[in-house]
Amino acid sequence: MSLEDPSRPELDIGETAEGVDYDALEALLGDHVVGRERHRNAEAFVVRPDEVQDALFLLRDEAGFDHCSCVTAQEYEDRYESIYHLRKYDDPTQEVGVVVPTATDDPVSESAEPVYRTADWHEREAYDLVGVDYDDHPQMERILLPETWQGHPLSLDYDQEQPQVVTFSEHANPLNEDQRAEADSDTMFVNIGPHHPATHGVLHLKTTLDGEQVADVESDIGYLHRCEEQICQNGTYRHQIMPYPDRWDYISAGILNEWAYARAAEDMADIDVPEYAQVIRTMSAELCRIASHMLALGTFALDVYGDFTAIFMYATRDREVVQNILEDLTGQRLMFNYLRLGGVAWDLPEPREEFFESIHDFLEDLPEKLEEYHDLVTSNEIFQMRCVDTGVLEPEIAKSYGATGPVARGSGIDYDLRRDDPYGYYDELDWDVITEEGCDNYARVLVRLQEVEESAKIIEQCVDLLAEWPEEDRTIQSNVPRTLKPDPDTEIYRSVEGAKGELGIYMRSDGTEKPARFKIRSPCFSNLQTLPEMSQGEYIPDLIASLGSLDIVLGEVDR
Amino acid sequence: MSSDNTQSTQEGRMGEGVDARFNSKLREAFGSSPFILTKFDQFMNWVRGSSMFMLQFGIACCSIEMMHTYAVKHDLDRFGAGVPRASPRQADVIIVPGTIVSKFAPRMKRIYDQMPEPKFVVGMGSCTISGGPFQEGYNVIKGAEEVIPVDIHVPGCPPRPEALVYGIAKLQERVANGETSPVTVKPYELEQFSDLDDDELVQHLADRIDEEELVMRYDWAESPVEP
Ligand code: SF4
Repeated sequence: MSLEDPSRPELDIGETAEGVDYDALEALLGDHVVGRERHRNAEAFVVRPDEVQDALFLLRDEAGFDHCSCVTAQEYEDRYESIYHLRKYDDPTQEVGVVVPTATDDPVSESAEPVYRTADWHEREAYDLVGVDYDDHPQMERILLPETWQGHPLSLDYDQEQPQVVTFSEHANPLNEDQRAEADSDTMFVNIGPHHPATHGVLHLKTTLDGEQVADVESDIGYLHRCEEQICQNGTYRHQIMPYPDRWDYISAGILNEWAYARAAEDMADIDVPEYAQVIRTMSAELCRIASHMLALGTFALDVYGDFTAIFMYATRDREVVQNILEDLTGQRLMFNYLRLGGVAWDLPEPREEFFESIHDFLEDLPEKLEEYHDLVTSNEIFQMRCVDTGVLEPEIAKSYGATGPVARGSGIDYDLRRDDPYGYYDELDWDVITEEGCDNYARVLVRLQEVEESAKIIEQCVDLLAEWPEEDRTIQSNVPRTLKPDPDTEIYRSVEGAKGELGIYMRSDGTEKPARFKIRSPCFSNLQTLPEMSQGEYIPDLIASLGSLDIVLGEVDR
Repeated sequence: MSSDNTQSTQEGRMGEGVDARFNSKLREAFGSSPFILTKFDQFMNWVRGSSMFMLQFGIACCSIEMMHTYAVKHDLDRFGAGVPRASPRQADVIIVPGTIVSKFAPRMKRIYDQMPEPKFVVGMGSCTISGGPFQEGYNVIKGAEEVIPVDIHVPGCPPRPEALVYGIAKLQERVANGETSPVTVKPYELEQFSDLDDDELVQHLADRIDEEELVMRYDWAESPVEP
């Protein structure tokens, strides 16, 4: 759809009307390329570890690949490998991979941080979990595991049985000694979290204050690192992985996450999904999006106004309605486990009319409720004072950090995978992508509230379709073999638009029924990286508001 | 000292035409006596169980259901246990709602240590029982009980709000019956009181702190559950 976008006059190098011309890209990169690989989603170029920056600069500046969505590191028997998954904000269907192999005995490659700032955290994670070292990186430290950790858990020779010891001094109160920078400096060091109501979970912000203003803020994450990738690598494609996506972004966004895995695995193993199931998926996913945005709104009001006030209660009330509908459909309130490879677990609940009725009731009340939210929240003067022009995130900065979802759309970046890289039934339906130009906390809240309206539109159309669907055509699952064994060395990176942004999954198969590498690209992980940009120089309450408007969920940041 | 137009307290509270404010059901049950005879401990237990302050403490997925338990519809406050406090120093009960990983365990211990006695712990979800669905992870503590003592376990993944309400009602019942075991302050926790004057007693207790013993050791092989 966006290919016809009139705002894009010329084509980039290597771009054709049909997609990407990889030969032209190879010509552009010239001697940097030492090999070529074919992944399911795109082709990839193999690049020497000391030429990473040159190659990425060329791809970014000449060929327009301005979005580094993910960095995957993995260990093979004979080498380490880092893969940079690049795509374009204007047209995410144009993808290319950059593969950087390094030797097992000395796994050092050049950092991509000067090109894409989002690579900073991604490469730290790669170092932490897999053990690849990056040259020229600003801060090569562990990010998810404690500094005292021994070994790299996703490397091949890791021994999970070895005891890990954390000394008391490692965990002593960092505030015991005064943390002033120099003898007569005015700055003060404050820990926010890991247990603090404003951090929406277990996030730790190391904040340096100059008076009331934030001089520096550094996020310390990993307090909820539940080894999701390892657990998915130990599960079989067919059944054992699906329950886990529910627990990445656990704010009722379960089906959106399940869809990320379903889409990646279905494309990897060439599984078709019946249209009827696609409509059910679309409907339930959008219900999840509404529930998730409601909680984002409620907790944001909690951060800005301070207590369990009306808005939080109202938002929970509306979430309860959505959760009831989803419970009727899936059998669970929060961890749905409803999608299956090739379809959904079961058909709509009987009697169907009653189920549709409950959705209709919800949709009918929604406009009035939204108006109420606008009265209470967005047109409230105090709220506006707190949010307008605070936490400003310029679009160029948002792009270099790989921000997606409402955070990007609040900065005027027109990027929504439901439209730009269509899946499910979205391209058959009538709805709009919401963007706001404000770039501030206020804009992000507005985007979420309007997206609720758009989701309601989508649900309504889906319900109409489902009600009319011919009885004999209600196939909920296609035929999928009991054990899935995709061809060895198939690699794929696929993403969907989760509640918080681009939720992607990279998988590599080794011919068995379990993935050899399973990497989750979480939108919150990238979005959270923008926090220092948004809050440096602002007042500390604005830092809290900015954090709330990012709407992170730690289960997904830490995985 | 009473003249005709004044009432003694006793007259005001009992009998015909009394001030309606004093006529509660409870008073009727007590009859004419304004006294209750009970053991002080029993009375305190009853008070404790009837008014509990929760710590506002969220870890993972279960905290979403915990928030729903606090909010409209399930409204935990109906049972006198639903006002979350943001500071551990004001809380009686900590609900542990989620997966505990090696980096967070010491922090949770610190929060628990900061709560005043008597304190109670409700473990919410399978993660706090055994590590739940993440039991086999390299970084996951296999249950909250590895770190702090737990009074009530609420199983489920996540437990429904009704289940959590039931768990808390059970805790209240146990507290009111004086069935929860008292928790004792361990010597090293006295570090919390380092602003006390250094008298002999404090010094004596401080000397008993052995930093070596405060090491957190995650011996995955010897965890209660085989990884
Ligand atoms: S028990 Fe289940 S829902 Fe609760 S924190 Fe653990 S994984 Fe999440």
